[in-house]
Amino acid sequence: MIPFSLQKSTDVGEAIAAATAGGRYIAGGTTLVDLMRDEVERPGRLVDINALPLKRLQTVGDTLVIGALVTMSDCAAHADVQRLQPVISESLVEGASPQLRNLATIGGNLLQRVRCPYFRMLDAACNKRDPNSGCSAIDGFNGGHAILGTSSSCIAVHPSDLAVALIALDATMRVRGPNGERSFPVEELFRLPGTTPHIEHTLQPGELIIDVRVPSGRYARRARYLKVRDRSSYEFAVVSAAAALDIENGTIREARIACGGVGTMPWRMRASEKALAGRPADRATFEQAARLALAGAQARSGNAFKMDLLPATIVRALELARDVS
Amino acid sequence: MNLQAIGKPLARVDGRAKVTGAAHYAAEFNQPNQAYAVIVSSSVGLGRIASIDTAAVARLPGVLAVVSHLNAPRLAYNPHKSGIDPPVGERLHVLQDDLVRFYGQPVAIVVADTLDRAECAAAALRVTYEARKPVVDPRDKQAQPMAPAAYGPVEADNVRGDPDAALAAAAVSVDVSTDIGRQNHHPMEPHATIATWNGEQLTLWSKSQYVANEQAEIAAVFGIPQQNVRVICPFIGGAFGTSLRTWPHVTLAAIASRQVGRPVKLVLTRRQMSYTTGHRPRTLQRMVIGATRDGRLTSIIHEGMGETSRYENFVESLTAGTDFMYSCPNVRTRYRLVPLDIGTPTYMRGPGESSGMYALETAMDELAYKLGMDPIELRRRNEPTIDEGLNVPFSSRSLMQCYAAGAERFGWAKRTPEPKSMRDGRLLIGMGTATATYPALQFPSSARARLLADGSAEIEVAASDMGPGTYTSMTQVAAEILGLPVGRVRFSLGNSDFPPAPPHGGSQTMAAVGSAIRAACLAVQNMLVERAIANPRSPMHNAGLDALEWVEGHLRRRGGISAEQSYAEIIAAGGGAPVEATVSVERDPEIAAKYSMHAFGAVFVEISVDPDVGLARVRRALGVYGAGRIVNPRLARSQCVGGMIGGIGMALMEHTSLDARDGRPVNAHMAEYLLPVNLDIPQLDVHFVDEVDPHVNPLGVKGLGEISLVGMAPAISNAVFHATGRRIHELPIRIEHLLKL
Repeated sequence: MIPFSLQKSTDVGEAIAAATAGGRYIAGGTTLVDLMRDEVERPGRLVDINALPLKRLQTVGDTLVIGALVTMSDCAAHADVQRLQPVISESLVEGASPQLRNLATIGGNLLQRVRCPYFRMLDAACNKRDPNSGCSAIDGFNGGHAILGTSSSCIAVHPSDLAVALIALDATMRVRGPNGERSFPVEELFRLPGTTPHIEHTLQPGELIIDVRVPSGRYARRARYLKVRDRSSYEFAVVSAAAALDIENGTIREARIACGGVGTMPWRMRASEKALAGRPADRATFEQAARLALAGAQARSGNAFKMDLLPATIVRALELARDVS
Repeated sequence: MNLQAIGKPLARVDGRAKVTGAAHYAAEFNQPNQAYAVIVSSSVGLGRIASIDTAAVARLPGVLAVVSHLNAPRLAYNPHKSGIDPPVGERLHVLQDDLVRFYGQPVAIVVADTLDRAECAAAALRVTYEARKPVVDPRDKQAQPMAPAAYGPVEADNVRGDPDAALAAAAVSVDVSTDIGRQNHHPMEPHATIATWNGEQLTLWSKSQYVANEQAEIAAVFGIPQQNVRVICPFIGGAFGTSLRTWPHVTLAAIASRQVGRPVKLVLTRRQMSYTTGHRPRTLQRMVIGATRDGRLTSIIHEGMGETSRYENFVESLTAGTDFMYSCPNVRTRYRLVPLDIGTPTYMRGPGESSGMYALETAMDELAYKLGMDPIELRRRNEPTIDEGLNVPFSSRSLMQCYAAGAERFGWAKRTPEPKSMRDGRLLIGMGTATATYPALQFPSSARARLLADGSAEIEVAASDMGPGTYTSMTQVAAEILGLPVGRVRFSLGNSDFPPAPPHGGSQTMAAVGSAIRAACLAVQNMLVERAIANPRSPMHNAGLDALEWVEGHLRRRGGISAEQSYAEIIAAGGGAPVEATVSVERDPEIAAKYSMHAFGAVFVEISVDPDVGLARVRRALGVYGAGRIVNPRLARSQCVGGMIGGIGMALMEHTSLDARDGRPVNAHMAEYLLPVNLDIPQLDVHFVDEVDPHVNPLGVKGLGEISLVGMAPAISNAVFHATGRRIHELPIRIEHLLKL
């Protein structure tokens, strides 16, 4: 590991000042320490934010307000989360391993870096790690890579399960930085790789995630997260889908769908959602709508099977959501 | 004298030490003033090292040495091959020249006073290469298969009858081609060595399944007498074969220690565990079977090909099982190697048989479907009375008993044979079965037994315990023979000062080491008998040998009610000094030539397949084995469950993917090299049929470690077909194979 300095911060303003001056935030450390051990990340200065007062999870009306430092485990087990937004619990429990979930935080989960193997190997070209060095995955081993939102610079898939659920639920996030506070949809946190895959999110220097807010809706009760993967735990999604349905008398009033494992960012499936509204909640409708998710998809040598698996996963997630009793 | 220590489900004698941390593994033998070495691995797959900029790194804080081919000592590398080294070729000479033979080959070591500083400096070391594109895929047009140099009957090409003519005349035939991906062992404990020199004496605390050979190998590499090297490894955190050979990192640790004049610790990173410590070779196989309409096999043609490195011919028994498994007059087996620009493969749990039997048992299942016959019935109709390959009887073979007991326990009769005919809700259900086998090996082993003044016993062998419970089962053997409670026997292993044992692999530890311990215990008892007979004050004075017997650690006259003498009493009468015997035992070559010796088993698996998203999950599995005498049923069950889990990994998850452009393993990481987790391990049931084998060895044991992995992959693959109607001839079977059912 490359030497670094560590500053423990107990005050949000002080932490932001330290990060604005070039420090990197560290909370659970489950991504950052891992990458530092691989020497992919080499921060000179870390700002430990674990003591900041951002560990509260509360309900305002029907809106969940999840502090950025709430751990994945605590969030998943929280009664309000399970009652109001069970799909968030489900997406969290499907992620990582129990040990990691006990340490990893909600804010850190959203900012976790990609699992592309070439990103993690210093001797491989990677535009994300080393801008303009090339992408090893495009003509290499890419069975796990994205089919949506890719560019000729990067095809790495965004790994978060939680972000998929949050985007489907139109969650917003509040951040504070040297220039004050702002709120925006979680979906707007992420950026497509384009020609700058090393810039992964829209946070400004020094900005700190304060909390994530999840509004409720009639769809929230019939919501499921389906994660498809070759082993049953501790594996990133091959393809995943968060699906939420508001159904009345067998007819879909509103649908929410977002997918993981397929996009360079968590991917909302608005065309599919639109195709479901006003239609019967049956498999034929689901299949028709799911096909729309492939619009603009581009497969590579190893991941062409995702062109079949993505719609299949959406169909099953919709069925699971519909069948919530 | 029968405490029945053998056969008891004794808990692990070392269990408490393991769970409390009192058991020390190689990397935990920290030495005073210890320095740390980190390997710099080649970042190209083939070529030459053009430059190494050591000067910049040598100035970094804490750096003690940077060693590369430019300044490494020229090592002797004297000829040395043990049974676990490839028979042809020469081991990698580390840091001796500028050649890069495969991706990840060590090109330098950096030694520093702390691990962090060593890692930091290793990351800063700039190495440039003149690189060429390696060939790492056996299907590459540039890959040239070759016949392995003759090694032994199992590896050579074998023919009996006229398989081509018989195939042409066969009423029914199947022709199956398989591709099993490369796997790495990835035990929990990484390879680790702490090396320290004291003058010309080298001590290695080093993870090894074969300390006797590690001693001999390192002595040969450095050109020093074997007695100058000591290897210590009391505990192993899983190995699965990767610690059978002595790999380059052991040499590197010893070089580093000599260079800096301090003890040096070297632990491989998880990524480096995919480079130079062996792997199960990728295999390509073709299996053709011809049969009559009533299911009698008339022809078997098995052509198998395994990858190896450019510098060594690694051979395994890929086609061996085909020669004797079923009765068939016309059989041809052919084994080829494909040298590639990769590190040398090595034995991995169930080596050879697990890959070869996958091809045979998949083809047998396909044949059963073609014949419209139950797959167990097909195997019953072709059950041989002798080993038709060697033309000798089996020492014992309980395959049909295994199938009968297994079918009953598993509920095989509930299976409806039609593919896709069984469901649980929306899930497709499949049931599959396959035969498992592994040879009952026994290489020479020695053992020392020592009786102490207090009447307790010490047993010493340079054996290993990578998890099967050697500590416990050997204690039971000694306790049984000596007639002592197990608590009065102390068994020590993992030290090259002890009498040598064969490699801790090939399912032979109980047969080989157990037989040696038995003999050593009998020898030490005989020494005491002779003392008693010679001692005028002993009640056994001048007794005939046949007139005496040992009962629960006491010597007495046979059938008599007269006085008896304990170990402690006889030893005390001789002055109180411990009495010890060291003996070597090997299988009687005459008996070995007379019988074909193998363990057999029948494996049953039930899987579910999600027809929408292609997920195959094992729901339950049963392994039934005929493996001779079971020394400890609890440990035996645990060992089999472990092997069956390995089989689930082989069938559905494990695969080291190489980037064809530079040969790099791209998933050399526990998050991406998939091993089954608890959720993937369902109800696993293990059953042993009663089997008495009077020929295999005096203990009547065959071993379980390897066979328990062998039949799982074909049973799972056959269950996938039963569930889905789709044959996948590639391992591992993944989601992408099972879409659009």
